[in-house]
Amino acid sequence: MRDTSSERGEAPAIVTLQAVEKYYGEYHALRGISAEIRQGEFFSLLGPSGCGKTTLLRAIAGFEDISSGSIRLDGRDMEGVAPNRRPTNLVFQSYAIFPHLTVAQNVGFGLRKAQMSAEDKRRAVGEALEMVGLGDFGARAAHALSGGQRQRVALARALILKPRVLLLDEPLSALDKKMREVMQVELIKLQREVGITFILVTHDQEEALVMSDRIAVMFEGGIAQLDDPETLYRRPSSRRVAEFIGMMNFLPARVTGSGSGRIEAEVAGLGRVTLDAGQCPGEAHPGAAAVGLRPESLTILFDGGVAHDREVRGSVAEVTYYGDMTYYDIALDGAPDTVSVSARNMPGRRVLERGETTTLAWDPRALSLFC
Amino acid sequence: MKARPLALFALLYLLVLYAPIMLLPIFAFNDGTVIAFPLRGFTTEWFGLLLETPALHRATRNSLVIAVSVAVLATCLGLFAARAATRYRFPAKTGILGFIMLPLVLPEVIVAISLLVVLMQLGLDSGIWSIIAGHTLLCIPFSVAILQGSFANMDQSLEEAAIDLGETPLSTFRLVTLPLVAPGIVASLLICFTISLDEFIIAFFLSGNAPTLPVYLWGQLRFPARLPMIMALGTILVVLSILLLVIAETFRRRGLRRAGLKDSGGFL
Repeated sequence: MRDTSSERGEAPAIVTLQAVEKYYGEYHALRGISAEIRQGEFFSLLGPSGCGKTTLLRAIAGFEDISSGSIRLDGRDMEGVAPNRRPTNLVFQSYAIFPHLTVAQNVGFGLRKAQMSAEDKRRAVGEALEMVGLGDFGARAAHALSGGQRQRVALARALILKPRVLLLDEPLSALDKKMREVMQVELIKLQREVGITFILVTHDQEEALVMSDRIAVMFEGGIAQLDDPETLYRRPSSRRVAEFIGMMNFLPARVTGSGSGRIEAEVAGLGRVTLDAGQCPGEAHPGAAAVGLRPESLTILFDGGVAHDREVRGSVAEVTYYGDMTYYDIALDGAPDTVSVSARNMPGRRVLERGETTTLAWDPRALSLFC
Repeated sequence: MKARPLALFALLYLLVLYAPIMLLPIFAFNDGTVIAFPLRGFTTEWFGLLLETPALHRATRNSLVIAVSVAVLATCLGLFAARAATRYRFPAKTGILGFIMLPLVLPEVIVAISLLVVLMQLGLDSGIWSIIAGHTLLCIPFSVAILQGSFANMDQSLEEAAIDLGETPLSTFRLVTLPLVAPGIVASLLICFTISLDEFIIAFFLSGNAPTLPVYLWGQLRFPARLPMIMALGTILVVLSILLLVIAETFRRRGLRRAGLKDSGGFL
């Protein structure tokens, strides 16, 4: 497992959220948000639309008042501090590029009141444009740019002010898939280069996993889990988080006993298993439960593979071919629903057909138990 | 062709609609005091006569003072209303906006009479100021309609972005909002100016001893000999109105292009 920042023993908090609450009339938009965002980290707020992630971001930027709690930026309480006086800059979802200005005027907009000579400003704008790969674009009219270019201008415009924290509101959602992947990598590189703390809002779990040092998963105005991507993926704290991050199969299970760090359970399709207590978030109590396992945690034993001690048989119900991977829906013997299983398409390995029966191996360490 | 009868109808319709206006320039240049065919010859005498009528000059000055004041007042007030309507949510918003737009459908005679009654009850003189007030009331809905379009076309986060980049709300308005709605402001100024310049009923009721151009024209109709001069004046007014509307529309479209947006209707 990747070591977390605290284990590395570095980076003090730059943003401290303490019991932040926000009401819109009766509507409870933020519910007791407490978190620390560390200096220099790439932090993501991930959740479905309406979970409050954008509200939280805008509260940090100063565009939303909070009903109670506190937001501290760089050690200063931000209550009553206007957005233009906060050490943050925001990259808007629409990019908010000023259409009546040139690219260079857009990027230099925030320097208007800076105590710099016109020459220094021009150089700063040039450097900022260079940084986002738009070196020759300064004189262009802003409204003639493509989506990806707008995104870069918005980044340059925000970073030129060297904010303590850069806030990004779904910055990639307006781009097509290819461009989005390119920009994901560029954003990560850019963040490492400038060393500024990034807080990203996204509803795309894949994007969050790829880009973030840590992710806060939000549902209904509250943080459901805050962890690094790997922990989030491997040890989701609840069934809901497990369903939201990546793909997760759930098999009905029954806890038969627990004690001394072990949990005994009967799982449909898999039979009796013994799990480590760490595989179950919260208390394991006897009775009905569900076991989650990722599509890659079941291994299809193609044509007479090695015998494993933990095997289950099933028949292929559906085949989805992606080129590098194939996803199979497989009806396991003894399980009520089909499970999704992924297999890498390696040289010499054939793609199973619908209706075929196959044997799958599994590892109890890959299971998560949700009570 | 199936569309032929409809096309013919449309042509006739436009002809009937605009033919009477075409009479204005024809008789304005006709050498004769009787408004009747056949025409008698070409003259610019009537236009010359316009220059030699002091009462007309006073009326023109009144009209210009009123129209400019109304354009500025209505556009300023319209700017506030349009920004509020597109940016904020507040109680009774639809009701308030409805009241602002009401003069658009209210019979002008009613508005004029009630304004006159109020003025008389307050013991105030009717005159230029009262006409300005009446026309402003009349022009605000047009201004709001035009500017609401400008504000709606403008991405809300642009203003927030400027504030985020360190500007105050006031400097944001100057640096971002104003340049982006400027074409709408120009269009509103020109259209309000034109409406005020042409307006008769309110001006007639409230003018007192300060007649506007339309009111003066109306007064002159009693003297048949002056009819050709009125035709000449009418010709100038028509040309001026069309010119102003075209300029207003040009500005509106330029604003759309600058914001990189598609056209979605307008006045022309």
